[in-house]
Amino acid sequence: MRVNADTNTSSTAAPSLPSSTEIALKVNGEKRVLRIAPWTTLLDALREYLDLTGTKKGCDHGQCGACTVLLDGKRVNSCLTLAIMKDGSEVTTIEGLAHDGELDPLQQAFIDHDAFQCGYCTAGQICSAVGLIRECHAKTPDDIRELMSGNICRCGAYLNIVAAIEEVIGKKRGVAA
Amino acid sequence: MNSFSYTRAPDVASALRVITAEPTAKFIAGGTNLVDLMKENVERPTRLVDITHLPLAGIQRTKEGRLRIGALATNADVAYNELVERDYPLLSRAILRGASAQLRNMASVGGNLMQRTRCSYFYDTATPCNKRTPGAGCSAMEGINRYHAILGTSEHCIATNPSDMSVALLALDAVILVVGSSGERTIPIAEFHRLPGETPQIDTNLKANEMITAVELPPRGFSGHYEYLKVRDRTSYAFALVSVAAALEMKDGQIGEARLALGGVAHKPWRRKEAEELLNGKPAAKDNFQKAAEALLQGAKGFGHNDFKIELAKRAVVRTLTQAAGSER
Repeated sequence: MRVNADTNTSSTAAPSLPSSTEIALKVNGEKRVLRIAPWTTLLDALREYLDLTGTKKGCDHGQCGACTVLLDGKRVNSCLTLAIMKDGSEVTTIEGLAHDGELDPLQQAFIDHDAFQCGYCTAGQICSAVGLIRECHAKTPDDIRELMSGNICRCGAYLNIVAAIEEVIGKKRGVAA
Repeated sequence: MNSFSYTRAPDVASALRVITAEPTAKFIAGGTNLVDLMKENVERPTRLVDITHLPLAGIQRTKEGRLRIGALATNADVAYNELVERDYPLLSRAILRGASAQLRNMASVGGNLMQRTRCSYFYDTATPCNKRTPGAGCSAMEGINRYHAILGTSEHCIATNPSDMSVALLALDAVILVVGSSGERTIPIAEFHRLPGETPQIDTNLKANEMITAVELPPRGFSGHYEYLKVRDRTSYAFALVSVAAALEMKDGQIGEARLALGGVAHKPWRRKEAEELLNGKPAAKDNFQKAAEALLQGAKGFGHNDFKIELAKRAVVRTLTQAAGSER
């Protein structure tokens, strides 16, 4: 996906590529300016251009959810999002969830509930869960399972993931009541 | 992904101008299907025309009491819209049975209508596919065709349309509003998608230089008696083996008017007036549902792995109609 700058390849004629474009994103509260090609996905922009490697590349086809970030407040698959189309947008990644050294309640709940094994899907799971809670459509554990179905966990930590999310929803409801 | 150029369209007219001048360009909105197909090298547009800045995302009632859904409204916008939830709950339910929460936040209504088949041979550029390369042959015909069509197939293609939204739109008699360089026109949803025939590479009757601007629903939304049943290999986030949209107008325990559409069984969402006529004015009884199912599946033909879908679809129809006719919502 990246423009290959490696000159040691056997091809001689360099393909003519459309010039890269400058875009600005507000990433985790900070304005970042970067030059990208039209085909650079938001996922690659975050990982390769901004060194925010917390967001993971799993399937790269929108099937696993490992790349989930919050774009203008909504959870999306960053692997299917072209960065050039999101000039001026706000992006929150796993690196931007903690505030003043304190973990987001979902991050803490994932630790308390042991809601991961290898951890590769976790950043996507947590960003997705932040989006799910904001959307306010999950009322029961079954709703959580259904509305988290876009995040696959190869280790099968689903039971604990649902428990972690349920706890945070319950606490928020308690505060609101 | 092949290299391509990018244009952000400031208005509909300029978007149409670009696409007319460069026929190998494509519109992009949510991108959930197109970007994926570009990564697979199945779609190779020379230019993407970004239409996400056009003012086509609204959902509102028209003066005539119809519901107008802008082409750029996301699937989530539509499914959770209060007018849709209240008056067209069948549509809301069908959309929420599709994709994942993330994808529904991205994917647009226009893009959902334009999404391409998920036939694995269409996706795999190492195998022949008449939809990808006309004349190359169909690998699914004698290949792994568990997910493939049982109705309306041709010797050239047995791919299915993967949309859930379109199945509900068909049952609800939606109309697609489109604009092209020669002006605006409307296409009834039943005529929007097409059967493969001799030209499986063409999915819809939208012309190359036209853009979908909105979908309109008639005032009647069948909010009292409806059901959308989706049968798939896992409970969530999978394409349909078979899906059924049923909407009934009930009068004194009798069916006043029935709407019945199938997904996952053909190159387009499947509806047959003859099946509905067998229900209109009849009691909501299992033998009537069975007759309607037989009529809807008439002429169905399996290709090996998908033979089971014929019986599955009939049973799914009976069950969906039973549930729709049951409790008033």
